Amino acid sequence: MLNANLDELTTTDNNNSAAEISGIKAKPLKECIIEIVSDAGEGAQKAGQSFGSVSAKMGNGVWTVEIIPAEVQPPARSRAGASGIRIRFGSNKITNMGDEADLVVAFNEQVLYGRIEQDAYKAGTIILIESKWKNSKVPEIKEEYAQALNEFKERGFDVREILMEEECLKHVDNPSKGKNMWVLGMLCSIYSRDVTKAEAQIRHTFRRKSEKIIESNLRLLNAGYSWAAENIELKFQIGSEMKQVPRLVMNGNEAVGMGVMAAGIEVCSMYPITPATSVTHYLSEVFEKSGGLVHQAEDEIAAIGFAIGASYAGKTAVTITSGPGMALKTEFIGLASMAEVPLVIVDVQRGGPSTGLPTKVEQGDLLYAIFGQPGDTPTVVLAASTIEECYHFVILSRQLAEAFRMPVILLTDANLATGVQPFTRPEINLDSFSPPVNQSPWKKEIRPYEWDEKTGISQRPIPGQADGMYVLTGLAHDEESHVAYDSHINQLGCNRRSRKMAAIHKTLTPPKINGDESGDLLVVGWGSTLGAIEEAVSLARKMGGSVSSLHLRFLSPVEPGLEEIFKRFKKVMTVEINYGDEENDPLITQENRRRTQLSWFLRAHTLIDVDFLAHIHGQPMRPGFILQRLKKELGL
Amino acid sequence: MFGLQSECMLHVPEQYHTLSDYEGAQPRWCPSCGDHAVLTAVQKVCREKQLPPEKTVFVSGIGCSSRFPHYMKTYGFHGLHGRPFPVAEGIKFRRPDLDVFVATGDGDCCSIGAGHWIHAIRYNMNMTVMLLDNEIYGLTKMQTSPTSRKGTISNTHPHGSILPPINPLITTLGVANASFVAQTVDWNPAHLYSTLLAAHSHQGFSFVRILQRCPHFSPNLFAEEISNPDLTVLLTHENGIEAVEEVQKMYKNSVVHDPADMNEAREIAQREDLIPIGLFFCDPSKEQYDKYGASNIGFSPQKKADALNVEFEKYAV
Ligand SMILES: Cc1ncc(C[n+]2csc(CCOP(=O)(O)OP(=O)(O)O)c2C)c(N)n1
Ligand code: SF4
Ligand SMILES: [Mg+2]
Repeated sequence: MLNANLDELTTTDNNNSAAEISGIKAKPLKECIIEIVSDAGEGAQKAGQSFGSVSAKMGNGVWTVEIIPAEVQPPARSRAGASGIRIRFGSNKITNMGDEADLVVAFNEQVLYGRIEQDAYKAGTIILIESKWKNSKVPEIKEEYAQALNEFKERGFDVREILMEEECLKHVDNPSKGKNMWVLGMLCSIYSRDVTKAEAQIRHTFRRKSEKIIESNLRLLNAGYSWAAENIELKFQIGSEMKQVPRLVMNGNEAVGMGVMAAGIEVCSMYPITPATSVTHYLSEVFEKSGGLVHQAEDEIAAIGFAIGASYAGKTAVTITSGPGMALKTEFIGLASMAEVPLVIVDVQRGGPSTGLPTKVEQGDLLYAIFGQPGDTPTVVLAASTIEECYHFVILSRQLAEAFRMPVILLTDANLATGVQPFTRPEINLDSFSPPVNQSPWKKEIRPYEWDEKTGISQRPIPGQADGMYVLTGLAHDEESHVAYDSHINQLGCNRRSRKMAAIHKTLTPPKINGDESGDLLVVGWGSTLGAIEEAVSLARKMGGSVSSLHLRFLSPVEPGLEEIFKRFKKVMTVEINYGDEENDPLITQENRRRTQLSWFLRAHTLIDVDFLAHIHGQPMRPGFILQRLKKELGL
Repeated sequence: MFGLQSECMLHVPEQYHTLSDYEGAQPRWCPSCGDHAVLTAVQKVCREKQLPPEKTVFVSGIGCSSRFPHYMKTYGFHGLHGRPFPVAEGIKFRRPDLDVFVATGDGDCCSIGAGHWIHAIRYNMNMTVMLLDNEIYGLTKMQTSPTSRKGTISNTHPHGSILPPINPLITTLGVANASFVAQTVDWNPAHLYSTLLAAHSHQGFSFVRILQRCPHFSPNLFAEEISNPDLTVLLTHENGIEAVEEVQKMYKNSVVHDPADMNEAREIAQREDLIPIGLFFCDPSKEQYDKYGASNIGFSPQKKADALNVEFEKYAV
């Protein structure tokens, strides 16, 4: 397992002199994973996000991931109600949420059970738990708490009880509000965080609140900090070994939102759906200032129809949704492909099918995005694998959509949506903003679908352009956009629309291989699993395994050279957060085995056998889970 | 990729548009289909208003009636069954300079597209909507429509349809923010024309239900009303639809109805004895969503970049 104990990760040659707080020498660490878990609404996420931002500002690599219960107000003190955040931070770049946590702050014992069920902890994990429950007037609670503590100790956790609320009560009247900031202060002390940076963060987080609220939160922060300095002997120090460049810290959905602005998109049309909606929460706040608007449509069908209308009228548009919304948009995606309307569709994937796992991660929309249409529907599909790519790929999607006059589906997922990772501050390129609507007269002799024979590309007139008048139709049509059922015209239209995919394919380069160019095992992934896969692969390589990985960004058209690359490895295996039958499941044979989406696709594409490692737990892929399989495959 | 010139208002040389400037492909409707009359009336409205064809967009769904855009020589969008409204709204949202018309059928609007219809009324964006209501599914060959009268024999209800019909006027008048609701008939070209002209002049979502003959599938549907004009009641008012002399002569039954009076409009819409034609309701002061859409258009790339930079600063470390 990774991070099996803190000592293993202790750096001896840390440049940063170990901080000393209250006489205790802080122990230098390369990285660590902490969690804050609570009932919903207790502010664990806010505290964790602030901690993550402060760490990023101190030059650390950071990855935070939210722990979200399925319901808005789950019952208090329930396992299913575990709400909170995990922060993995270190002196170098952090690319994923890692395996078991080193330390967790828990507001009650029941939510901890919820996390234990997810294998979030290991023997030795430090548990800092609110201990007010042992004084509860409700005998059942008292009992539950005592029992749980015994069990935690039996599991080998390093349990430390803290009367958090009682401490808060010394500084504020209502300790249930603001306890999270006290915890933030405590963690800042334990991990030698710069408390002035935490103060600044609180001011930012509560910028819309009154000065009184800000003051009380600052008081609690400082109280938690001093309390920990005096009462907890845990002190760690995480330095920075990264090149210090200007960076931005945000989650994937905010990055998508900024990408929308950077792409010069003017219309974002949506219908609320988890986990995509927060993109539009963010945009609704700021989009107007950059010349765009969010349209909340009456449903997902209307949302995409609206975006297509806007795009037809020359205004760049995006529609943002998740699985169930994608299903509803199907017919309009077909229209955008058929009638060649540029459009960006962002699908923040969640668990499916149907309403599925609304808040949880899955990669199950892959084949739908590529093939999920009646008829032949060339559609570009690309996937972001980091927060940074969430930003840049929106811009790329818009450019592709417009240059090739077609829908582009950008896949992200629930893990990227709420994951926070700093990335290099992008350059703002004025050219990437969409141009004003072209209203110069159209050359009459150019037909609205004058397909270039080689590339399938044609130029489109925009309403307002004199002499460009044409009637867009979803029916089979000729170059004039005249409805035409003649067999050869339909063949030609399909051929030309397909040709564009080949033209895009021509512009792609083979994927980079992480590790050796050939070997025993090649791991193939796509999307948010990138960090976990590469971490596992590099650990396996350190153990002597002959394993490499590659990660796909373009799924349709798929990046070139795969067959040739696959042939250089004895075995190829995908890693996916998807469903696939296990080989030794009852009734399963080679013939009826239902494979995971990417492995299915790559087998068909390359005619090479591709195995898979997959789960459908609704949890991000962990490096330890992958490493276990790699060890088995490689005999390590 | 595209010639990128400024978003200028086009300088069209002073040019008088004749009817032929609006005539697109040869209509393929059945010869005596009521849709022909609507097309002619619309082309006349375009000529009367001298609409620049390049600034005019006809949007439709799928159905016989939704073939409409192909027969105009303007921009057109013949999209999906039931979805003309979202598309039309998207077109209009950031392009206040475009004149948008929607042609839709009773299946398109009142069945598969009913959700969008309700919301389109509420968005109240400036567009002219023609519901070509033949009380049947034409294109797919005579299935019951939500506006088919109870007992209508169709291919899906060979023993007669079971449910009472939706009355599109009552529905429209029942939606918050409705701003223009009228009814006319395809067989009275003068009233049809005046109604569409008034609808086009209204600022907001102008909804016109046009009773439309489908001789192919229901040859006798409006036969009685056509042969006996007394079965029609003409709504008149100084703020209503102009009724030229020939219309007034034809329809002896008339009532004065103030289109500002919503309650009376709803009462009249419920009448089952006579076909009321004219303007039921009009209120140009209703909230218009397209005004919101046009509130921040035309930012320069630099202005967009500056806004983005401000955002970067908020997230910078
Ligand atoms: C999603 C979808 N469902 C069904 C159809 C088939 N369809 C085409 S037109 C139509 C009904 C048309 O009736 P109406 O809207 O009243 O138009 P009309 O032909 O009577 O003018 C149907 C059901 C379709 N094109 N798309
Ligand atoms: S079937 Fe009816 S509605 Fe369709 S074109 Fe013929 S007459 Fe008109
Ligand atoms: Mg009909």
